Amino acid sequence: MWAAVLAGSVGCYVLKLAGVSVPQRVLADPRVRRIGALLPVALLSALVATQTFATGHDLTVDARAAGLAVAAVAVFARAPFLVVVAGAAAATAIVRALT
Amino acid sequence: MRAAVVRDAVGIGVATGAYALSFGAISTAVGFSIAQTCVLSLAMFTGASQFALVGVVGTGGAASAGVATAVLLGTRNALYGVRLAPLLRVSGLHRLGAAHLVIDESTAMATARDDPRAGRLGFWATGLAVFVCWNTGTAIGALGASVLADPRSLGLDAAAPAAFLALVAPRLRHRETAVVAAIAVLAAVASTPFVAAGIPVLLAALVAVAAGLRPRTGDG
Repeated sequence: MWAAVLAGSVGCYVLKLAGVSVPQRVLADPRVRRIGALLPVALLSALVATQTFATGHDLTVDARAAGLAVAAVAVFARAPFLVVVAGAAAATAIVRALT
Repeated sequence: MRAAVVRDAVGIGVATGAYALSFGAISTAVGFSIAQTCVLSLAMFTGASQFALVGVVGTGGAASAGVATAVLLGTRNALYGVRLAPLLRVSGLHRLGAAHLVIDESTAMATARDDPRAGRLGFWATGLAVFVCWNTGTAIGALGASVLADPRSLGLDAAAPAAFLALVAPRLRHRETAVVAAIAVLAAVASTPFVAAGIPVLLAALVAVAAGLRPRTGDG
């Protein structure tokens, strides 16, 4: 695990440092800007789906789905971040305790 | 003016500290040690990447897939840096320090001000406030969760996807990004039964690259 912690940390720092160090014209390319904007959206959306519905290679709908549903309602209602996260955890715990 | 900037910075710091509590708790819940969890917040210091790393590894993905996802999410900090460089005008050691503080919150606060001096103050004040609160929150969350018997009974495994949903939701207002998000979800879910854990998220990244390279209608 330490290797992943350190490799990931170094990689993320190098990207930050590269950003404040590279010439400005890099950002002039609209494709770079578009990929930069779309990459977090694609990754985060995929993480939401896989961490809710995947267990290893299996796709399942379990107590986590209830948590995600509560989170979605909270996000839609513009609830604070901690309410979103705590609400999802609480809903999952309750469903798990009842089933 | 200065007081208002600092006040906003502290407010954002406290909010991210609360977010860090959940990171600390989730990271230790999926098997990272307290020390590893704290080093991630100190050294990686970019929330979405940290959640992704522990999330992918925690759901059985290879460490390399977790690192790749974390670093890909970190590419947006590079783009922030390109925008911030002319405002910050830092070099040498200052640049090394400033680079570490280039995150969502500090960039938003730096670019929200029209006056360059207020922008610079917003960047440093927000970056430092978030750094202090993020690491304090992480440590408290990690220590708190490590004394729990079974994190699953508290539903902590649903906290990470909820966090990702909260992070991505504001970006889905544009039609193009919403479509890319939908295709990314389909690619990740459809590939889950067939590839190693962690890989589906990287396939979703390819969706973003393909969409970014695609010639836009009307570009001709």
